[in-house]
Amino acid sequence: MIAAVGLVIGILAGVLLHPEVPLFLQPYLPIAVVAALDTVFGGLRAVLDGIFDDKVFVVSFLSNAVVAALIVFLGDQLGVGSQLSTGVVVVLGVRIFSNAAAIRRHLLSA
Amino acid sequence: MSTGSAAPGEVPAPAGPRVRANPWRRLARAARPRGTRAQVLAGLLCAALGFGVVVQVRQTDSAGLEDLRENDLVRILDDTTERSDRLGEEVQQLQAARDELTAGTDSAEAAARAARARADSYGVLAGTLAAQGPGITATITDPGGAVSAAQLLQTVQELRDAGAEALQIGATRVVASTAFLDSAAAAGGGVVVDGRLEQPPYVVRAVGDPPTMSTAMDIPGGVRETLRQLGAQLAVTTSQDVAITALHAVSAPQYARPASPAPSEQAPPR
Repeated sequence: MIAAVGLVIGILAGVLLHPEVPLFLQPYLPIAVVAALDTVFGGLRAVLDGIFDDKVFVVSFLSNAVVAALIVFLGDQLGVGSQLSTGVVVVLGVRIFSNAAAIRRHLLSA
Repeated sequence: MSTGSAAPGEVPAPAGPRVRANPWRRLARAARPRGTRAQVLAGLLCAALGFGVVVQVRQTDSAGLEDLRENDLVRILDDTTERSDRLGEEVQQLQAARDELTAGTDSAEAAARAARARADSYGVLAGTLAAQGPGITATITDPGGAVSAAQLLQTVQELRDAGAEALQIGATRVVASTAFLDSAAAAGGGVVVDGRLEQPPYVVRAVGDPPTMSTAMDIPGGVRETLRQLGAQLAVTTSQDVAITALHAVSAPQYARPASPAPSEQAPPR
């Protein structure tokens, strides 16, 4: 519940504050967002599995976002940034799908 | 203990029947607001996520060139340069076409002007257009009815010799094909000019150089003398504005056709 409230608060803050994304963050923010989204789905699944751990959630949330951005940054330095960010997005997308499938199995038994 | 972002292969952790039995209740219990560290942290992170999503969406909406990669920028620059080159070529082609069309209009207009001028002068010569200009008016009074077609023809010939450009006798335009015929029927004299009966006094109007034409009437053995011998009088007045208003009706030639104009067409190139 607090998580949902936090999500809403974050969205509202984003809408109201009109923040500018710093230039150096611009290529990495979308990847980090996708990674965080993946982490949230994973956490939801862990809740349903009964194995949710707040420390793990926080650490994996931050590290996932940072690592995803780091990979893209590395790819940019190596000249394969666009391909590598595509790869990261594909991997994260697959994980989001599998997590969502597990959540669905828990909640709907289907 | 599993991470929040377990790898796909890791997880179907054998969920016990206990878990499977009431997942909704478990979810509700987890969602129940409590002041635990876990809840607060999750809320904070979710707020961060929502913030990030919104920011990114806005950023994507307003994305300009600045957040593109170098390769993309180079490609866009190439595309733009190529497109600009193509458009430049198109501009040149269109300008050339426009110049061509403008020149074509000019020359066509000049040709039309020349054609109109030629048609005007031909019309004056052929008698299909009214004419005016300096000239003379010669009035032949013939009380005895002695003037015949021969004298009128002589008058016309003298005027033509003197450079008359347009001629009119009475109400009849005199052109190259004009015929003069003695009229036997009419009492008191008269001459049939181009099928129209003209009766004395004959008024001959001619556009041309007035002194030359009036002098031509007076040469010895000329028109004036001949008329005087016949008992007729010739009165000549010069004017700077003689109007020739009678028109000659031109009929299309029935037999004559223009000969092939260009000799080069007839003679094959050797």
